[in-house]
Amino acid sequence: MPSASRIRRHLVGYALVLPSMALFAVFFIYPVLHTLYLSFFTWNLIEDPVYDGLGRYSKLLDDEVFREVLLNTLIYSLATVTLTMLGGLALAVLLNRKGRIFAVLQGAIFTSYIVSWVGVSLLWVWMLDPQYGLVNLVLRWIGVGAVDWLGDPDIALWTLVGVTVWKTIGYDMIIYMAGLQSIPDDLYEAASIDGASAWQQFVYITLPQLGPTTLFLLVTSMIMTFQGFDVVKVMTQGGPVNSTSIYVYFVYEQAFELFNVGYASAAVMVFFALVLAVTLAQFWMFDRSAQGGA
Amino acid sequence: MRESDVHPTLRAGALALLVLIALVEVTPYLWMVSTSLKSLPEVIAFPPTLLPSEAMWSNYAEVWGSAPFGDYIANSVIIATSIMITQGILACLAGYAFARMEFPGRDAMFYAVIACLMIPPQVRFVSIFLLLDNFDLLDTYAAQILPHSVSALGIFLMRQAFLAVPQEIIDAAKVDGAGTLRIIFQIMLPMAAPTLTAFLLFSFVFHWNDYFWPLVVTLEETVRPLPLGVAMLREQGTGSRWHLIMAGNVILVAPLLVAFVLAQKRIVKAFVFASIK
Repeated sequence: MPSASRIRRHLVGYALVLPSMALFAVFFIYPVLHTLYLSFFTWNLIEDPVYDGLGRYSKLLDDEVFREVLLNTLIYSLATVTLTMLGGLALAVLLNRKGRIFAVLQGAIFTSYIVSWVGVSLLWVWMLDPQYGLVNLVLRWIGVGAVDWLGDPDIALWTLVGVTVWKTIGYDMIIYMAGLQSIPDDLYEAASIDGASAWQQFVYITLPQLGPTTLFLLVTSMIMTFQGFDVVKVMTQGGPVNSTSIYVYFVYEQAFELFNVGYASAAVMVFFALVLAVTLAQFWMFDRSAQGGA
Repeated sequence: MRESDVHPTLRAGALALLVLIALVEVTPYLWMVSTSLKSLPEVIAFPPTLLPSEAMWSNYAEVWGSAPFGDYIANSVIIATSIMITQGILACLAGYAFARMEFPGRDAMFYAVIACLMIPPQVRFVSIFLLLDNFDLLDTYAAQILPHSVSALGIFLMRQAFLAVPQEIIDAAKVDGAGTLRIIFQIMLPMAAPTLTAFLLFSFVFHWNDYFWPLVVTLEETVRPLPLGVAMLREQGTGSRWHLIMAGNVILVAPLLVAFVLAQKRIVKAFVFASIK
């Protein structure tokens, strides 16, 4: 039988975790289960909910707007992730030096990452204003002519990709820089003595050593871009003609502008499944690379 | 790669490219400040002027008067600070218990915390909106603070930090008769301070900038935070009031830019730390 003092120690442990666990239960676990429950109903907040089985999910599959939203999200996510990771890696390699000028350049590039999305989005709506924006003024001045950055359905999504890359590339840069700094110097010294060129050193030492960093950035950036919302809400409201509507914006519109609560809930559950799939794929790949590297 | 392995022309070219990229990153902010000090005719003048002919500081007074900016700022401070403090305290308590105490169900509960790391706000908002509505909590500070009052990341980071403290230090404190709370806050915490400050900074910046959550749970101007208030400026009038919108945007962006210039090293370190650990 456990002694009284041991039981008391257990109770202290429970007391320490209880407030956190209660909040997790109410604001994390319950919402997921409740949203799953809601996704089986048709409900507009006013009339009583009507049970619909998997009807909301099959409606999602048939919804042409939803399909467009999925495609937009995929393009936005893949394009942003590719550009920020490649650009961030290049910047990290070039800027990974001591000295004042490099610190200033790093700072200038990273700053936008900690500025709010609202601040950045407003900044760029003004920069890209078709008539008075600085970008088009410069383009007209050098003879290229004005571009309708946010009004042309073929361009607007790519404009949002550009703004997102502009804002977040500094994050990939500093994370890659931390990765570079953890690579032991003697690897490069040995390669240099063996006559390996700078490029060979990059391909055969730097890239493989940065493997875990790359995997980490891949997953976090994919999840970050899946969750994209602010930039769409402030810059384009999903337009023109849904060309910039991405996942969370679609869910927000369904829930808070069209009051299709059940439909929005089904979309949330699909979203949750996608986020989980990406995260679990990461764990699986980490496991494999850990075993392979051992 | 070693510096000496790279050709000098290549190095000069790379530096020029980097300076260009840094300019592309910084110019919009300079343009924002310049626009915020122009008069309306100057904002839409062609060709544009690089700097305002006369700095219109009155733009700031005008935008400040056009919306309850004092409320916005106070609300942002209250909300981001409250979240930061509760997340910090709960992370210390639970982090210590998970790292240093034994009780039945501990590991299962810790796995549950890790699972919560994978549940972003975008998955929770529909249901929490309905929950808050049920309790008449929409349009309150509580609606903006409570759902974020605990952080799985914070608990995870503090547990890691507490695991690194040598057991002898805890034993010595117990011999001296220190209670659990004293051990956590007076003995463990100073040793885990770098982790805690990094996490608190990360948390504060994240919630100071948040737009999605307050947009979902508030309609009243009086409880809304700064990012939401500034975003509303654009919806109030027609397109050409950009000098005022940019003045509002300076109020939103400037504090972070100044903080960053003053503490670049610390902030960068905090973000790397909160990510990679």
